[in-house]
Amino acid sequence: MEKLMADLKAQIIQQLNLQEVKPEDIGDDQPLFKEGLGLDSIDALELIVLLQQHHNIRVANPEDGPNIFYSVRTMAEYITEQKKNA
Amino acid sequence: MNNGNAYITSSCIIRRQTVVKNGATVFTAENAALPEFLRSLYDRYSGQYQKFHKMDLLSKLGWAATEILLQDMPMDGYRPEETGVILANKSSSLDTDERYYETVSDIASPALFVYTLPNIVIGEISIRHGFKGENAFFVSDTFDAGLISGYVTQLLNTGAINACICGWVEQYHEQYEAALFLVEKEARGMALPFDEKNMRQQKEV
Repeated sequence: MEKLMADLKAQIIQQLNLQEVKPEDIGDDQPLFKEGLGLDSIDALELIVLLQQHHNIRVANPEDGPNIFYSVRTMAEYITEQKKNA
Repeated sequence: MNNGNAYITSSCIIRRQTVVKNGATVFTAENAALPEFLRSLYDRYSGQYQKFHKMDLLSKLGWAATEILLQDMPMDGYRPEETGVILANKSSSLDTDERYYETVSDIASPALFVYTLPNIVIGEISIRHGFKGENAFFVSDTFDAGLISGYVTQLLNTGAINACICGWVEQYHEQYEAALFLVEKEARGMALPFDEKNMRQQKEV
């Protein structure tokens, strides 16, 4: 899980072009949207693309998005669960 | 056309790795490719605006030119609705359109898609400075100073706006040029009469 979260932080920075953010700036449980990293709705779409490109996972139900993309940890948990069920 | 009561109070011309503010060269970065040049403008004149890095090159160019244009020209005397943004260029958003098209064969990029319109640069400028006034983006082969000055003068004369950022923001691959003017009813800054001739002269400096 720790390795996956570290990879996710690097992937988020690259995918969202967060040039002034370092992986260590993103807390495992820090909210990615609003008061946290301040991501917006376009970033949310980019995170869906990230899951497809890097982890071959499609988000089937868009309503799950807020829970999946709440933080790096929730993303990692979702990826782990999806791969277990695959 | 000069209506006699509007002024170019600030100008910013960017081309060939050089920035000219109010007629004087203020920054040069020789041999810098456009992305690096724009990043150097961001570092020098702004910073602390994460969204800059997500913009396409056209928006970065217009955004950075506006940062320089408005340096030492506070706009807090205007209500958000009083400042308009009227821009034009030749290549529309073609550079980004092409980049986006390249992604379509794999997974289309949402981040690129949102920049496949030229007027997005107006949105980025307006978000940064809180402008909510009239705006328009024209596409034409060459800089039509008569069209821009006539359109902006009409907006000022009808009271739709009291200040305007207007001019040319062109970018296609490594070819780029920004020529922005701050136009106001009250004279301050360089205070050149706002007309077609002065716009052209400032642009060709």
